[in-house]
Amino acid sequence: MMRLDADWYDFRDLGNTVGSLLEQIRDWGAPDWVPYVVSGLIGVLAILLWTILSVLAFIWIERRVVGLMQNRIGPNRVGPNGLLQPVADALKLLFKEPITTRDADRILFWLAPIVVFVPTIVVFAVIPFGERMVLADLNVGVLFLIAVGSLNTIAIFMAGWSSNNKYALIGAMRTIAMLISYELIQVLVLLAAVLFVGSMRLGDIVAWQADYGVWILFLQPLGVLGYIVAGAVEMNRSPTDIAEAESEIVAGYHTEYGGIKFGFFYQAEYLAGFAIAAVIVTLYMGGWTLWGLEEWVPGWLIFLGKLYGVFFIYIWSRGTLPRLRIDQLMAFAWKFLLPLSLVNVMIVGGEKLLWQEAELSSGEALPVFGVINWVMAVALIAGWAWFLGHQHQERVAHRALLTKEVGAIHFGEPAPTV
Amino acid sequence: MDDTGTVVAFYLLSAITISSALGVVVVRNLIHAVVFLILSFVGVAGLYITLSADFIAVTQVLIYAGAVSVLILFAIVLTPTGDRGNQETFLRLPALLLALLVAFTLGYVAIDTDWAISDREGFQQTASVIGEALLDKYVLPFEIASVLLLVAMMGAILLVRPDSAMEGK
Repeated sequence: MMRLDADWYDFRDLGNTVGSLLEQIRDWGAPDWVPYVVSGLIGVLAILLWTILSVLAFIWIERRVVGLMQNRIGPNRVGPNGLLQPVADALKLLFKEPITTRDADRILFWLAPIVVFVPTIVVFAVIPFGERMVLADLNVGVLFLIAVGSLNTIAIFMAGWSSNNKYALIGAMRTIAMLISYELIQVLVLLAAVLFVGSMRLGDIVAWQADYGVWILFLQPLGVLGYIVAGAVEMNRSPTDIAEAESEIVAGYHTEYGGIKFGFFYQAEYLAGFAIAAVIVTLYMGGWTLWGLEEWVPGWLIFLGKLYGVFFIYIWSRGTLPRLRIDQLMAFAWKFLLPLSLVNVMIVGGEKLLWQEAELSSGEALPVFGVINWVMAVALIAGWAWFLGHQHQERVAHRALLTKEVGAIHFGEPAPTV
Repeated sequence: MDDTGTVVAFYLLSAITISSALGVVVVRNLIHAVVFLILSFVGVAGLYITLSADFIAVTQVLIYAGAVSVLILFAIVLTPTGDRGNQETFLRLPALLLALLVAFTLGYVAIDTDWAISDREGFQQTASVIGEALLDKYVLPFEIASVLLLVAMMGAILLVRPDSAMEGK
């Protein structure tokens, strides 16, 4: 990517400013670790500030937009148009008494809101907000995203178990069951993208899309679909928020939490949403590039615009779609998305092989692959849905054989002998 | 291991790993033990990073901290005696003795051995090198491992199959 200049005032990439500052520090004769630490601190502070501001903004946007969608007004009392509502909410949460229930496991109960916060914010370290605006461009970036994203589960389980509340425990176990299922799909669809690009470094993936002038969205529609659904499950938002389904299990894993401890969960949920949106933008929608526009408009503004756009899709689906049942959600993962994402890996792998071995030019290969994949995606989704819809599925829950034999779980009555 | 940062990180991570591993054994509550176990897994991942083995480090977090520990949590919650925690046992002293002996032997071997130090340059990208090694030189063990996992999975499915499917209804 050609840069006209890269001086500190080149705000198209804030990395230029930070880079110049670091040069300056080096010139003053500071030891090597000083610029290293300073750049880390600047990155962390910038990400924290951005996430907090975005969360505050989106609390208001989401409540107002969902209000509009559901034909009601939404918060409009605090400040003009209710703009200060998030601030009021945050203050309320801060000043509330942090109640710990008597029989809770105190250590884990206090630890869980903190632990849930860490992985969600660490994910942003590898997201490239601009060409030089990435805190740590790891060469295993995609794997890092998956690994850190999966740590959430443990914090949620800690919260649900330590509350000593059956609804919290049910919520936690639902979360784990869902995350185990949907993580598989996430890994498979990301595998397809990584396979096609040939690198796990997120910066390389963005550069690949900029070089060929095509988003992976246009090449792998099945992958995008799988990631959007898996992402919705991971961030626990409404069509798939059965872990905290308020009509079934009060509030799921954070039933017993109040005050700022609940606030941490609330914010972590938003952050997870932003993280998923950021991954979708980076991997499937060209990241901070937009076919040359990034030469004129700051790349990080393009990135944030795309990110908020993707996040809006999630708000939209929350306002429109009804909540799924847990068995529907699990069946959707294992019977529908898993086979499709496996087929997606096969197709993409074959295309990559063909592209390399037959030495096709990118101008010939990519449009053809795109058309094939879209046709295949539509055909597979329609066909597989038709096939599953015409099967007579037994929906009777059996008690598993092994648990019967060891007499592990029995509800009231003694375990039957086999 | 020359610069101070790496040395400090090594001792810090080692302290975290060892103390949380100790916590796994000492703590009575099973869930607390699993949380300590996860912390020790993460500490080991950090140690891998100080060795510039980034792929292994991330895989460690993904597989052990993310997947294995969740399965352990599941197992604890699904078994009815899970909330009773670790009980007293008369094997306490023999176990301590055995553990000390093993630790002494390992430590002695580690210190006494004249380790061969490779002077090869470190790999720039470990992921691609590992991938090539797994699918080229070590393809047979790799495939055997995947067959083993498949067999284990089928066994698990067979164990929890409902009766009606077994009787061929």
